[in-house]
Amino acid sequence: MKEFRGSQDYVASEELMRAVNIAMVLEKPLLIKGEPGTGKTMLAEAIAQALGKKLLIWNIKSTTKAQDGLYVYDVVQRLYDSQFGGQGVDDIEKYVKLGKLGEAFAGDEQVILLIDEIDKADLEFPNDLLWELDRMEFHIPETGRTVKANHRPVVIITSNAEKELPDAFLRRCVFHYIEFPDKELMAEIVRVHCPNLSEELLTQVLEAFYKIRNLPQIKKKPSTSEIIDWIQALQHGGVDVSRIAKEVPYVGVLLKKNEDIDTLRRQWR
Amino acid sequence: MFEDFLYLLRRNGLKVSLTEWMALVEALHKNLHQASFTGFYHLCRCLLVKSEADFDAFDRAFLDYFKDVPFQQEVSQELLNWLDKPNAPMGEFDEQQAELNENLSVLEIEELFQERKNEQREQHNCGSYWVGTHGMSIFGNMGMSPVGIRVGGEATSRRAFRVAEERRYRDFRQDNTLDTRQLQVALRRLRQFSGLVDLPPDEFDVDATIRDTADSAGMLKVHYKKPRQNTVKVLLLMDSGGSMDHYAQLCSALFQAVTKSGHFKDLKIYYFHNCPYTRLYNDPTLNPNSAVPVSWLLSNLSSEYKLIFVGDAQMSPHEIFDPFPSPKEGEPASGLDCLRRLRERYRHAIWLNPDGPPQWGGEWAESYNAINGLFPMYLLTVEGLEEGMKKLLNR
Repeated sequence: MKEFRGSQDYVASEELMRAVNIAMVLEKPLLIKGEPGTGKTMLAEAIAQALGKKLLIWNIKSTTKAQDGLYVYDVVQRLYDSQFGGQGVDDIEKYVKLGKLGEAFAGDEQVILLIDEIDKADLEFPNDLLWELDRMEFHIPETGRTVKANHRPVVIITSNAEKELPDAFLRRCVFHYIEFPDKELMAEIVRVHCPNLSEELLTQVLEAFYKIRNLPQIKKKPSTSEIIDWIQALQHGGVDVSRIAKEVPYVGVLLKKNEDIDTLRRQWR
Repeated sequence: MFEDFLYLLRRNGLKVSLTEWMALVEALHKNLHQASFTGFYHLCRCLLVKSEADFDAFDRAFLDYFKDVPFQQEVSQELLNWLDKPNAPMGEFDEQQAELNENLSVLEIEELFQERKNEQREQHNCGSYWVGTHGMSIFGNMGMSPVGIRVGGEATSRRAFRVAEERRYRDFRQDNTLDTRQLQVALRRLRQFSGLVDLPPDEFDVDATIRDTADSAGMLKVHYKKPRQNTVKVLLLMDSGGSMDHYAQLCSALFQAVTKSGHFKDLKIYYFHNCPYTRLYNDPTLNPNSAVPVSWLLSNLSSEYKLIFVGDAQMSPHEIFDPFPSPKEGEPASGLDCLRRLRERYRHAIWLNPDGPPQWGGEWAESYNAINGLFPMYLLTVEGLEEGMKKLLNR
């Protein structure tokens, strides 16, 4: 089996790589938690890329039901078709559309399945998926077919901890918490995203960034995507490097709340 | 192998089950720790711990277990036997010692405790130095020191900030769980569906479709209807500060559960201290700048709100019975009057109490009984909450 060692544009910490490999070998879903902007969703893409496998993304919304991920039986379409004498109305299979989980099971090759932001859904949602994730199969009563995974997909689940997940579900997962990257790791991440960046600018940016992040009064702390946007803004604006740490130009890219910008002004005066 | 580690983790409050343990054993067989100790640590952590909040507890247990010494009970059994003296006479209160004790920091007390544990060889009660009972010492139980570590025994004065030795079967008590999720599940009972809400019709209406299709002799007529939605509105009033500080964790769990539930049509939360008088507050610090008059609440929040009080209902009698010095026209005349008005306005009301009834005839029993007579009262446990939700839904 191939091992995950990060990818070209995804810098993973040692711990994270271990967790991914453990989950793959044990064939258990990998549950990823972490602050927003620590690259939870990107991880699945990176794994798919590194292992050369197809990625299926199941985006969870507040209205998503577990059933949606398995299959949808389009009764209304079938009724309409029967009305107008469409072809193949008696073939129920035609109206059964597999969801993302169903697709992942039914494929001919192993895929990476990302169940994104599982905590957005209803409280009981994870419980409804227990059997399917455990056995990697489900039954479609309408057609009498059982969809069984030929190759167990690698399941990555992300959560923003908006809701607590049920114990029974957690018991089946491998858990990893992505910590906010420290300066060295962040430097590496930034270099991957902005390859032609001068070292001087990088040092200044990181210094200012972590200083802002460590202010306890800041309500919405800037994250990885914000630092990258900020660097792009700085490069584009051609700001003098020595001014960065002192004046924090384009602060609106980093801080999204008025009160945070005010706090920063007050702190650094 | 090292099964003790599993039990150590469980003792430290991590909900590790056999499923996870077997997964760990399997992973070790497959050499997923890559024969390194750090690898082993990461492996254990990502298989056995399921929340970053538990990482700390896990780390401590891990260090404790794998630092090459066999795990020791924090407090020896011998010491606990000395301390099992619930009915011994009280020692003398020493004001000077009390003051000295109060100036100690948590850290200092911890250090002193470790020291004392190693040097104590026999039973010492009623004193101020050794770990013992009924005395002025900062360690032990049934004592009179304003601060300290409780060792063994049962809390009577609730003074110790740390219980060094838990009773062993505590975890088996079902009604003790303060899990937000369980509270959330209990809160879900509080719903009344109605199709009369203003939403786009996007739910397939089977009955109407069949009826109309049959009416038009088989020509398909599809019908959609408005989805049904929860119409329950909740008004949550929480006691804050004073005696409620003991239950801060429990109340915060309830608060989290209620606010995260998100299935109520509307949710209003206000705070008060001991008993609402003429005002309620928007934040638990009872900041007077964000206060709302009770009369405003009574006239602006319709009676369909379901009222949930959270409080221990224990206060000195004058706080609830004494009339206010100069009540304004139309405003409540006393604490009890305010409660009565709220009760009359909101027919569906319950009182959740984190504490049981006070001792009969005790100082605070009077207020408890008055409130108990006014509101149906339930214990703030998962079961109590479920009972309360049922009561709120009774028509």
